[in-house]
Amino acid sequence: MKADPKGVLTGAHFLDGDHACSEGAISAGCRFVAGYPITPSTEVVERIAERFPLVGGVFIQMEDEIASSIAILGGAWGGKKVMTVTSGPGFSLMMEHIGLAAMTETPCVFVDVQRAGPSTGLPTQPAQGDMMQARWGSHGDYAIIALCPNSPQECYDLTIKAFNLAEQYRVPVLLMMDECVGHMTERVIIPPAEEIEITPRRFYDGPKEDFLLFKPDADLVPPMVKAGDGYRIHVTGLTHDEKGYPHMSPTAQAKLIPRLVNKIKLNADKIIEYKEDQVEGADVVVVSYGITSRVALPAIEQARKEGIKVGHLRLIVAWPFPEKRIQELAAKGKALVVPELNLGQIFYEVERNAYGKVPVTLVPHPGGTVHNPKEIYNAIKSIRHGG
Amino acid sequence: MKGVEMEDQMYEIEETMPLNPVESFLRMDRMPHIWCPSCGIGTTVNCFGRALETSGLDMDKVAIVSGIGCTGRVAGYLNLDSFHTTHGRPIPFATGLKLANPELKVVVYSGDGDLFAIGGNHFIHAARRNLDMTVICVNNFIYGMTGGQVAPTTPISATATTAPHGNFEQPFNLPYLAESCGAVYVARWTAYHVRYLTKAIKEALAKKGFSFIEVLAPCPTLYSRRNKLGDGLDQMVFYKEHSEIQHNIDTKTATLDFQGKIIVGKFVDKERPDYLTLMNEHYQKKFGDKYTPYKG
Ligand SMILES: Cc1ncc(C[n+]2csc(CCOP(=O)(O)OP(=O)(O)O)c2C)c(N)n1
Ligand code: SF4
Ligand SMILES: [Mg+2]
Repeated sequence: MKADPKGVLTGAHFLDGDHACSEGAISAGCRFVAGYPITPSTEVVERIAERFPLVGGVFIQMEDEIASSIAILGGAWGGKKVMTVTSGPGFSLMMEHIGLAAMTETPCVFVDVQRAGPSTGLPTQPAQGDMMQARWGSHGDYAIIALCPNSPQECYDLTIKAFNLAEQYRVPVLLMMDECVGHMTERVIIPPAEEIEITPRRFYDGPKEDFLLFKPDADLVPPMVKAGDGYRIHVTGLTHDEKGYPHMSPTAQAKLIPRLVNKIKLNADKIIEYKEDQVEGADVVVVSYGITSRVALPAIEQARKEGIKVGHLRLIVAWPFPEKRIQELAAKGKALVVPELNLGQIFYEVERNAYGKVPVTLVPHPGGTVHNPKEIYNAIKSIRHGG
Repeated sequence: MKGVEMEDQMYEIEETMPLNPVESFLRMDRMPHIWCPSCGIGTTVNCFGRALETSGLDMDKVAIVSGIGCTGRVAGYLNLDSFHTTHGRPIPFATGLKLANPELKVVVYSGDGDLFAIGGNHFIHAARRNLDMTVICVNNFIYGMTGGQVAPTTPISATATTAPHGNFEQPFNLPYLAESCGAVYVARWTAYHVRYLTKAIKEALAKKGFSFIEVLAPCPTLYSRRNKLGDGLDQMVFYKEHSEIQHNIDTKTATLDFQGKIIVGKFVDKERPDYLTLMNEHYQKKFGDKYTPYKG
């Protein structure tokens, strides 16, 4: 399906990442947004509030992030494409409803413009400290998808992708921006609507009497309906059967929960996206994402100038994690360097998949600013000498 | 006692009739329900079913949203589009549902702890915004589902598992709270007042804007037993004997003391444009022809 031209501002713009995210949501067909202001994410909802009345959308500033994160789930069951936007403290408040969204297979997009934490931390300064929270923050077992843009253009493109994946897999998709990407202003190209590919909701179209709200298709994802369509659906956060009825048994749990995880796990190859540069002949590969992937470039350039064979793998989809690719790189003996604006999060995922076969070096940073490229360069260099 | 018997008999007779009209509003494939014998929640659901029956609403367009608790299970037993959400959050869920699909009649049905402890913030804001929804609170003065802990509605001196020496915190006066936040319809009844309650639910459903009904209902298993108030029937007798119908009173005076007088009635019934009406009018003024009124 192509995008509804109504909201698409085709052309070249000069936008910051937050505003580009708002435009991505509008292009993707999002028409219900609930949010609560928090730096550095507020510009996303400000632009939505500005733009929505004339594109047929409803924006509501809720009383807190708990309310925002469940209002969007109501909006999704009302038939809309939905999004909420926040940063660290608000993201923490939203965790219960990421779990509810996963459990009820509600398509929705959560945007987290990461700032330095914990707690109130450094409200106006960057970090990448919510990456593990994105994956594991709600209680119990479930799976989500998380994307990491590194430019305003990607904030636009990946917001659309986030909506498409949410619909494809009936899952919450998390757009993990950071303060730098959110506040940097660059050229953003918005294509004509007819060039924007949109995944529509997987509405059920079989006979009404056969309908089961949680009966999966072959790809483990069930088709959906909305409230008011006459299906008399029941949706609960309790463990439930295919009809959606609560089932308080280990058997029902064993049927439902592995499917919620597997619909992402078994489709991971289709979901995962990363960009590689000169990885094939490399001795050392820098694995990075978000703003850090740009800060790493001068370090990589410098090392290459000095004759070190350095490759770069940039995560675009962080969750599900490209486990196989990291395993392949480790099997080929490539040392791995992981710079990130936290004291070690995605690093552990890389290390786990390297199985101890190659050295994996974390280049930590507590956030508040970005790395000095020299720190990344030093890490590359010391591997080379050490190895 | 006589009155109770009469009300009860009336219901029993209808219930043994070949087809209980309320059944078509229930998910009979989910029976038996989880509620204890003589719990008051079921009685309120019966009234809700009867109100739906005569409401003239298209049942495909009525959605019910509950939080978590014994009352929170109501959504799961009603044969409507039904959502069993998280503890305290049915109102913000209902907010999203209504704004996304305004043709729905959205009802929130939940407990006193759910709506006024953990969910209190959402209640006051939804009332302030005058979102078009009906909120029914089953007030059993206690947290039923978790085993009888103190609630923001527990009367002073009543005991609860987490107030074993008696409660000394002042409880909410729910009708007063609802009215001061902007609700356009506010009523309080008890599980004894089945006909009044049915009528009130019907009125609330017909109202555009934020309507609120508090229903006092016995929790014999936890609240009544712990406070030595007898069983469900004894509580019904108490409701009958201690209730005073006072329509349109100043809600400030509708406080509830432990085993004291219960003021019931319709306290507020007024007009005020609801959220979406205000939104559409506002943007039409602002943008003129460029604005297409939002209909979902
Ligand atoms: C976030 C969260 N906190 C606590 C609970 C545990 N819990 C479930 S129901 C409930 C209280 C229910 O009381 P009320 O809303 O009055 O409903 P009742 O059971 O009395 O009908 C609590 C505390 C929960 N499910 N979720
Ligand atoms: S515990 Fe109380 S409120 Fe819950 S079902 Fe039993 S009687 Fe009803
Ligand atoms: Mg209660």
